[in-house]
Amino acid sequence: MTAPSSLPKRKLQWRKWALSAFMVVGLIWSAWITQAHMGMFFQNIGQFTVIFQEMAHVDWSYTYYTVDPMIQTLKMSIIGTLIGSALAFPYALLVSRNIVTNKVVVGIFRFILNIVRTIPDLMLAALFVAVVGIGPIAGIFALAIFTFGMVGKLFYEAIETIDPGPLEALRAAGAGRIEIIRFAVVPQIANYFISYVLYAFEINVRASTVLGYMGAGGIGIYLQQALSMFRYDRVGLIVLVIFAVVLVIDYISGKAREALL
Amino acid sequence: MAETVKPVIEFDHVSKIYPNGVVGLKDINLTIQPGEFVVVVGLSGAGKSTLMRAINRLHDISEGDVRIDGTSITKAKGKQLLHIRRQIGMIFQNFNLVNRATVLKNVLTGRVGYYPTWKMIFGLFSAEDKQRAYEALGTVDLQDKVYTRADQLSGGQQQRVSIARALTQTPQIILADEPIASLDPQTTKRVMDDLRRINQEMGITVVANLHSVELAQEYATRIIGIRAGEKVFDGPVAEATDEAIAEIYSGEEQEV
Repeated sequence: MTAPSSLPKRKLQWRKWALSAFMVVGLIWSAWITQAHMGMFFQNIGQFTVIFQEMAHVDWSYTYYTVDPMIQTLKMSIIGTLIGSALAFPYALLVSRNIVTNKVVVGIFRFILNIVRTIPDLMLAALFVAVVGIGPIAGIFALAIFTFGMVGKLFYEAIETIDPGPLEALRAAGAGRIEIIRFAVVPQIANYFISYVLYAFEINVRASTVLGYMGAGGIGIYLQQALSMFRYDRVGLIVLVIFAVVLVIDYISGKAREALL
Repeated sequence: MAETVKPVIEFDHVSKIYPNGVVGLKDINLTIQPGEFVVVVGLSGAGKSTLMRAINRLHDISEGDVRIDGTSITKAKGKQLLHIRRQIGMIFQNFNLVNRATVLKNVLTGRVGYYPTWKMIFGLFSAEDKQRAYEALGTVDLQDKVYTRADQLSGGQQQRVSIARALTQTPQIILADEPIASLDPQTTKRVMDDLRRINQEMGITVVANLHSVELAQEYATRIIGIRAGEKVFDGPVAEATDEAIAEIYSGEEQEV
């Protein structure tokens, strides 16, 4: 037995410290060159309370007119989510390293997916309003592509974490690629997929209310009109309606996802 | 043993070199007759798993030829490869069941090699095959678990489900890759007894690799010793003396 030796000192992790210092300096420097200062935030705080008071006087008589556009917003979200998810499923298989072993194929299609995901939903809406015109069709396109990018990534990450054992067992039994996907991959990920689709739907309901602002249909258009007419009483109502609907959908979808996983 | 019987597995100067230069198998010649119970023994990393996976070509070999029932699996392409594989059932150390699926669904997947792809997309198994799967579960005495989810079974039960899955393939050969490495002694006996029964009553050739020499001597009709990718022993159990076993297990353990 050797004598108990004392705990050796850990080597100074200078790289970690240097990186932290670099980040802090970078933050201060970027605040300085963009001339951002906290005072800005409080400058118009008085204006905020004025508008907030006006919004608080909700125009309840307008409720009736928000029902149809709200339903349109929901329709847009549902169709957009479904189209995007349906496209994302086969695409996710194509970019999963444990399904497609060809690194070049995976690399290229992942790159495309990453690019799709970098486009903000508002920009997609603006783009499709320009292409297909003002209305819910533009919103559906925008949401479908937005969903595709988001869900596609969640899907392939889920696929890459599955147990490879059943895949090997199916292969040994003489199954082809499609049979392996059907019997070894899908059963392992189906619940995750449904959960992600619901999650995307939650996000899309929220996003689509804003998309209308760009002319992509739904309640957003009414919000934009009310704002530009300075009808803050109506803005207040629309915000409340959106809030209530989003709350209900988040709750239901959250419960459903809990049950699934 | 009659030499006129057509061998079910033949290795003809088989070598396997991994892309990183590690030698998996070195010039292996092997002839296995129908109905044999062959146990492959050797140190970890000696090439036992590689040998198993060379048989059904889960691993491609670098040189030589592997023939199953007279047909080269090494040269087989596409459908032909899948058709050879469906004659070979396989059992794994970690069972490799789909945890979320029922026992019946897991056992039925042994049958997918017999269907066209479009039918499988919709999961359309015939009533006959469902009955076949149920009977296979009877062989391993698990018929009462047919609609239980696989992950609700114990390790030993899961391994027997995977035996049933292999049986549903109606295979000529069953490969068992460390079938009992994750099991306790009682369930080990159960699984090994099932394998022996399948071998003796159904005449299915069994090739298993085991860590335990005692089990190999108890269950095998023939023992093959692998050391550093080379076949260093091949003979009936009676010839596997303590010296012969010590010879197989001499040398360093290798990392895979």
